[in-house]
Amino acid sequence: MIIQFICRAILLGVPLLYGSTGEIVTEKSGHLNLGIPGIMYVGAISGVVGSFLYENSCGNDIANMNPALAVLIPLLCAIVGATLMGLIYSFLTVTLHANQNVTGLALTTLGIGLGNFLGASLINITKSELPSIALTKTSSFFSAKLPFADDLGWFGELFLSHDFLTYLAIIIAIIASFVLNRTRVGLNLRSVGENPATADAAGINVTKYRYVATCIGSAIAGLGGLQYVMAYASGVWSNNAFGDRGWMAIALVIFALWKPSVAIMGSFLFGALCNANNYIQGLGTETQELFKMLPYVVTIVVLIITSMRKKREHQPPASLGLSYFREER
Amino acid sequence: MTNSATIKAHREPLFHVVKRDDMPAWKAWLIRAVTIVIAFFLVGFLSMAVTGESFSATYEIMFSGVFGRLFEGRFTMLWKYLQEIAILLALALALTPAFKMKFWNCGAEGQALMGGLASIICMIELGNKLPYPVLMAVIALTSILAGAVWGIIPAIFKAIFNTNETLFTLMMNYIATQIIAYYVYLKGGGSNVINPVSEGNFPALGGNDYFINILIVTVMTVVMYIYLKYSKQGYEISVVGESQNTARYIGINVKKVIIRTMLISGALCGVTGMLLVAGKDHSININSVGGQGFTAILISWLGQFNPFIMVIMTAIVIFLRIGVAKVADTALLNSSFSEIIVGIVILMLVGCEFFIHYSIKFRHNKKEGKA
Repeated sequence: MIIQFICRAILLGVPLLYGSTGEIVTEKSGHLNLGIPGIMYVGAISGVVGSFLYENSCGNDIANMNPALAVLIPLLCAIVGATLMGLIYSFLTVTLHANQNVTGLALTTLGIGLGNFLGASLINITKSELPSIALTKTSSFFSAKLPFADDLGWFGELFLSHDFLTYLAIIIAIIASFVLNRTRVGLNLRSVGENPATADAAGINVTKYRYVATCIGSAIAGLGGLQYVMAYASGVWSNNAFGDRGWMAIALVIFALWKPSVAIMGSFLFGALCNANNYIQGLGTETQELFKMLPYVVTIVVLIITSMRKKREHQPPASLGLSYFREER
Repeated sequence: MTNSATIKAHREPLFHVVKRDDMPAWKAWLIRAVTIVIAFFLVGFLSMAVTGESFSATYEIMFSGVFGRLFEGRFTMLWKYLQEIAILLALALALTPAFKMKFWNCGAEGQALMGGLASIICMIELGNKLPYPVLMAVIALTSILAGAVWGIIPAIFKAIFNTNETLFTLMMNYIATQIIAYYVYLKGGGSNVINPVSEGNFPALGGNDYFINILIVTVMTVVMYIYLKYSKQGYEISVVGESQNTARYIGINVKKVIIRTMLISGALCGVTGMLLVAGKDHSININSVGGQGFTAILISWLGQFNPFIMVIMTAIVIFLRIGVAKVADTALLNSSFSEIIVGIVILMLVGCEFFIHYSIKFRHNKKEGKA
């Protein structure tokens, strides 16, 4: 029961981990990308379109499908789709100095629209009875487990039974944490986010750092959408099913105090909080709805506490949300 | 640094970007108008590409989708169009004082939902117990109060601890959503719908259900314009928005201004919630506001915080939303196509600001450049 609860929490938390790792990398460059919910949608739908085309080209027969291709095609599609969205965002905010909040929100509108439109079009093509599209074959490759995981009892279930995107999420978060805190690139990136004018004076290419960080961040976030469809929803895409996970990922960034390593445990905690209502006995449907606000309440509490304590290392990047124009220094 | 990099750094680039603040207002609006025209052509071509209809047929469908059979004297669609404009515009107006103060209130969604919740509670619980005028007064008061409370909480923390308001107000949206979900399950008897309540609805003035909503928002537009442009408080808002230090220096109590402005912003969002519930839906669900709180942010910004320009921007966005959805419907496509179009048009308008605030200077002397 407890093991099952934790596994479920991890499964629910991984899309948030991808989203928030991506957003942390982006925010460290000084970009408050409110387009993340849209970008995760685009990542998810690009992966769906990719695997849909591949499944069709194999005649919808699992025997014809190459496991490596079945995984790589959606993965690449998700990354490319999400990166393109990141590119639009960076072009508007860095090159055209557009307002970040406005650009991000418009991108979210665009991304959710794209996801629902393409999703509905695919459903139309398949002439499916249900308002959803099932890619269970591709999903079976994504959620393949280690063969010996079942033999190891609770240990296997807890640590080894997850899909590979879960492990990838943790690895990416650890790498992001390492790069941000222990390498020169990370130091430069953080200085761009804290004070772009100083960074520029020190010879750091602010434009390049902001573009690259935003695109990489978007690509990571896009994988979160893919993981949701392929692992959590077993390859079933239905419109709007992704819900507000994108915003929760942004909440997690604050909760994790802009540290990818904290985001790992934070995402599992958020997953647990989202899911707690199903495991507490004797709750009515209406009380369950109240429980679902827990992650947001916790985030607000963290936000308030960090702003009250004013510890330097717990603050958002100083120039978060501001665009940088060299001649305005 | 390598040798080639040093040489590169010395060469004058092909063009460079200069900030300008001397563009006359008419020229700026001309650029925006041209962008809108280009955007409308792009919308037409994109729709053509997706649906296979011709350009003129696409726009015919859009117009008929928005205005209906206007020329045959049927105004139902037009009223609906105006009604949709009223709601989105009301939210945008509510956000504008906060934005002008550079307070990113991303919580219009939640504030409007709380206002709507207050309305529906009054309608259900007090509907049969109070005389109509008193009931309406109570609905108005509680909705305004509920929206204001939801708006003022982040403002207090912003004023005292400088807590990031963008993220705070965002989170408040989802708390409001869950409270609505809770209430809907509670009152809907296990289902997630509340049946339309017949008590405490706005009266149908002139035989039209939406007339009062439109009237209220029209008044809001004019009052907001005057408040921002001619009142002392409006002036304080713009000073705080420009520079908090300047505001402090000339003796403005910044904390007071932040809290007061968010009180107004939240209260107006609460009013919008009331318009939605008592004036339009007579019910509530978690999608009652339906993401319009975010669209309103874009409208307010695109309208340059000028209520009258915001009317035009809202009209364009709603036109695209209804019209393109109709085009997609006609071609048996998903109506989310309109979200894509609205997103693209807004991104174009956001991008065109660049040409208003900056100018591109090309390298004028080529010989010098090569040296």
